[in-house]
Amino acid sequence: MSIWDFSGFDGRWAEILAGLSLTMQLWLAGTALGLVAGVVLAAIQVNARGLPRALVRGYVTLFRGTPLLVQLFILYYGGPSLGLLLTPAAAGLLGLAIYSSAQFIEIFRSGFESVPRGQIEAARISGLSRTQILAHIELPQMLILIVPSLINTLVIMTKETAILSAISIPDLTAVLYGIGSETFNIIPPLLFLAAFYWGLLECVTVLGRALERRTSRYLSH
Amino acid sequence: MSDETIIKVTDLAKRFGAAEVLKGVSLSLQRSQVTCIIGPSGSGKSTLLRCMAFLETYDGGRIEIEGRLLGYVENQGVRRAAAAREIADVRRNVGFVFQHFNLWPHMTALENVAKPLWLAGGLSKPEARERAEAALAKVGLADKLGSYPIQLSGGQQQRVAIARTLAKEPHIILFDEPTSALDPEIVGEVLQVMRELAADGMTMAVVTHEMGFAAHVANRIAFIDQGVIAVEGPPRDVLLDKDNPRLARFLKNFFDRNNFWED
Repeated sequence: MSIWDFSGFDGRWAEILAGLSLTMQLWLAGTALGLVAGVVLAAIQVNARGLPRALVRGYVTLFRGTPLLVQLFILYYGGPSLGLLLTPAAAGLLGLAIYSSAQFIEIFRSGFESVPRGQIEAARISGLSRTQILAHIELPQMLILIVPSLINTLVIMTKETAILSAISIPDLTAVLYGIGSETFNIIPPLLFLAAFYWGLLECVTVLGRALERRTSRYLSH
Repeated sequence: MSDETIIKVTDLAKRFGAAEVLKGVSLSLQRSQVTCIIGPSGSGKSTLLRCMAFLETYDGGRIEIEGRLLGYVENQGVRRAAAAREIADVRRNVGFVFQHFNLWPHMTALENVAKPLWLAGGLSKPEARERAEAALAKVGLADKLGSYPIQLSGGQQQRVAIARTLAKEPHIILFDEPTSALDPEIVGEVLQVMRELAADGMTMAVVTHEMGFAAHVANRIAFIDQGVIAVEGPPRDVLLDKDNPRLARFLKNFFDRNNFWED
């Protein structure tokens, strides 16, 4: 039995593709939701006072301070006793969104704080509304500053999706692991899985570098 | 010259924590007049100017812009904070030029000037562009439309900031130490632009350490010290004042620093 023996994949490609597609979907949807929630909650944390600010702070501490695996278990297995009945995929999506948003809040918060106050004052005296200042002054600048740490977190989140199989989501990891246990040859599927994640991460990294170059034009000269 | 009042400050008080920065300042800024506000650092002159644009809240007294109370709404003698939209409306005709320019670094010179015009000024994008180009030409930067702030010298950046303010066609421009962050050899180009604005009849209040500018361009000078306006009047009267010892000391310090050639 060779580690290069991929004959166990014969007739399983539809399943593998379905798993791959599910992994990609959960990854994209989960991190997209996480990004949106992250920017909104970070804006609240920076601009609000009192209870809303404390709630966001608590949210970040809680979800950054615990492992994704534990959060997924609580959501999926503990959810029903709280009246939260989720399919594995829904629990996985929600888990990824919550976990990644907690990482993104911290990044966006530091981004907001890096835009000098004077620029905000100039925008206010120019008549811009709070939302316009956010959209036209703060976001474009902070996005550029935080692109490196954003890409970094995105890379970590990509790898975290492999954990989803633990709550019986038929993602790529689950499908390949299944093939491995059925053929009693676990190495080829795992090599394939590793190659897939590596390839995906290379794509994310290359895209991230291109984005960095494109957006930071005005910072040098 | 008409006596129309653009900004009227009455008995203004401002505290930062326990520190009383302004202790009852009254000042009236008339149309087409240039008022220079001078004084030692920490005297409250920048705070006064920032209050007039409501970049700072104030604790007592009134600021009226063309007759409308700034920052607060009064109902039967009870005062509460005004809504952001209301504040924006009252100070719509107030321009402000900052010591550190505060340009938006991710926008070109043209965008810095044009963007607020179509975002908040009710102009279409082509109208905004046209007016922005005219404003930048007015400050001598017609050839720098596509430059980012980082590609411009400090003096050019400050002129873009002045163009941004001019383009909103304000009734008054407040200048907060507009040349203090500039290298000495480029202070002149910014002062020249300000001189031209004054000659065009723009109403201006200028917090400055440029005594030459104050002496030659201002219609009035206010000397502010320890949170009150200690002396106010035409430049000649203020700069030659012999009665106020604190003003005398302030001016002596200034002239000592600038007359290093003579003994």
